[in-house]
Amino acid sequence: MATGPRSGPPDRPPGSAPDITHHKKRYGERLALLGLGGSAALSVGITIAIVVALVRPSIDFFREVSFSEFLTGTRWAPTFADADFGVLPLITGTLWTTFIGLTIAVPLGLGAAIYLSEYAHDRVRKILKPVLEILAGIPSVVYGYFALYFVAPVLLKDLLNLEVGTFSVLAAGLVLGVMIIPTVASLSEDAMSAVPQALRQGSYALGANRMRTTLRVVFPAAISGITASIVLGLSRAVGETMIVALAAGTRAQIVTAPTGNGQTMTGFIAQTATGESSPGSLTYNTLFAVGLLLFVITLIINLIAASIVRRIREVY
Amino acid sequence: MRRTHSLTAVSAGVALAFLLSACGGDNQAAAGGEGSGSGESVSGEVVVDGSSTVQPLTAAAGELYAEEQPGVNVSVATSGTGGGFEKFCQGQTDISNASRPIKEEEAAICEENGVEFSELRVATDALTVVTSKDNDFVDCLTIEELNTMWAPEAEGEVDSWSQVNPDFPDEKLELYGPGTDSGTFDYFTDEVNGEEGASRSDYNASEDDNVLVQGVSGSANAIGYFGYTYYEENADALKAIEVDSGDGCVAPSAETAADGSYTPLARPLFIYVADKSYADKEQVTAFVDYYVANNGPIAEAAQYIPLNDEQSGELESSLGELQG
Repeated sequence: MATGPRSGPPDRPPGSAPDITHHKKRYGERLALLGLGGSAALSVGITIAIVVALVRPSIDFFREVSFSEFLTGTRWAPTFADADFGVLPLITGTLWTTFIGLTIAVPLGLGAAIYLSEYAHDRVRKILKPVLEILAGIPSVVYGYFALYFVAPVLLKDLLNLEVGTFSVLAAGLVLGVMIIPTVASLSEDAMSAVPQALRQGSYALGANRMRTTLRVVFPAAISGITASIVLGLSRAVGETMIVALAAGTRAQIVTAPTGNGQTMTGFIAQTATGESSPGSLTYNTLFAVGLLLFVITLIINLIAASIVRRIREVY
Repeated sequence: MRRTHSLTAVSAGVALAFLLSACGGDNQAAAGGEGSGSGESVSGEVVVDGSSTVQPLTAAAGELYAEEQPGVNVSVATSGTGGGFEKFCQGQTDISNASRPIKEEEAAICEENGVEFSELRVATDALTVVTSKDNDFVDCLTIEELNTMWAPEAEGEVDSWSQVNPDFPDEKLELYGPGTDSGTFDYFTDEVNGEEGASRSDYNASEDDNVLVQGVSGSANAIGYFGYTYYEENADALKAIEVDSGDGCVAPSAETAADGSYTPLARPLFIYVADKSYADKEQVTAFVDYYVANNGPIAEAAQYIPLNDEQSGELESSLGELQG
């Protein structure tokens, strides 16, 4: 039987999906694509620009100061007449504050997260979670003054009778930890909530109590999210400036005890950038060299974390 | 749907609020521009930077002047005497606070960049060595003892009080002092260590004297140095150490600084005014004139050591040169 000319979409083999990608694009869609793609490209572009801005003065710096002197020297006195550029004292300062901060943030944050996701009543959870978010909203400069005017004199000296001065990595580290708790708690809690209920139910069905289920089933299942949250907290601790600039001290020395004072990398940048440093001078380039080091350290932490997370991730 | 509508309304309202506040700011500036012509009310910005020792004095002058001329905004930053001069010689500031005279190298840079300036001595300072009120073993130090504490050779070596003077207990020596941008640092090292800028580097350094006050008052074994006014403001937490330069222990005070007995740590405080700013910007002219004319009351209000009559006369003639 003869049939008339056919109109409509072109012939396609029976059983295949319709082609929906090659119609005439609507201009609104195109605009949206450009806008969104542009935002993504802008973010990448800004990151590249920042790296370039860090690297150029650093190259000038490393022409005058050798890598080994910078990375292995133990005296940091860039602005004095008898200048030295060994960055190890700053690194020990950052390590101490970060370490103390994580010692506070990880147990408390994970504990809060486990409680919120596994144990808390729905009503309690509705109140507690926002309160935790408030902790995240406190400006870091307020935390810094809290460390300086309460933690150091009242908590450490009067209550705990420690031999600590006004400035110490302990005071700064403690408050830094408190600041990071919401980050660790929030992300870990999200990770644990994402674990399917079926796993928990299976565990209960086999006779395990809640603690065992949480620690042996839910925790390992959510470990990649939890690791990500800890690493994020770590990055924030390393990069935090205001708290350590106010409370950790301004003396760049190798810190040997938590009660000692020392200067962190970020504290040095904050202190020196507001003073005398004309563009092109060695002091100016020193700022960028330390900034670059900070950037590289954070980058390495993130890369290691990403690879760990990828390896232990369990997909449901 | 309702939610989207209220969201649009809220964002429109917020945007409108921002727009209106921005407009308001412009109106103020425009009105200020017109007002300056009349001579009755002056307005504008006066940008000041430099020594943290002089900052409270200039800030007090700015506040008192704002009571007469509310349109003038005097912003005073504290990058240190050296840092202030750097910006001043780039033409970025109108006035530079200084706790030491301008160095030759700095004056040369100013000349290179075509920045002409006038030096006005506005107050005297008794550079004070302080310890915490809890310190019970030191009341007086000789210049030699201060040198032992602060000399470049002391770095890494002198870290206990007993090394400074065997009579002192064997406690950890905690040092607080200004950083290398500070005029106070330059002056102290010049007088105590014999060479400007020569100092040990392993101490708690900060250009912000409030940080030093905080640090010294927090420990019984701490010692620091800064301008007299910071000691006076915090006299309840700090103890001023008497200095013995060979004629007995002398405590810092307005009288001992004025009559010369508190040596060698009594020093003049300056402001450096950019001639061009003085000539071109009305608010700068008016502010500097006010600063000089009311120098005595301003120093009293800020708890600074005022100039004696001879020094006041010199200040007036310096201003005369600037105006001429």
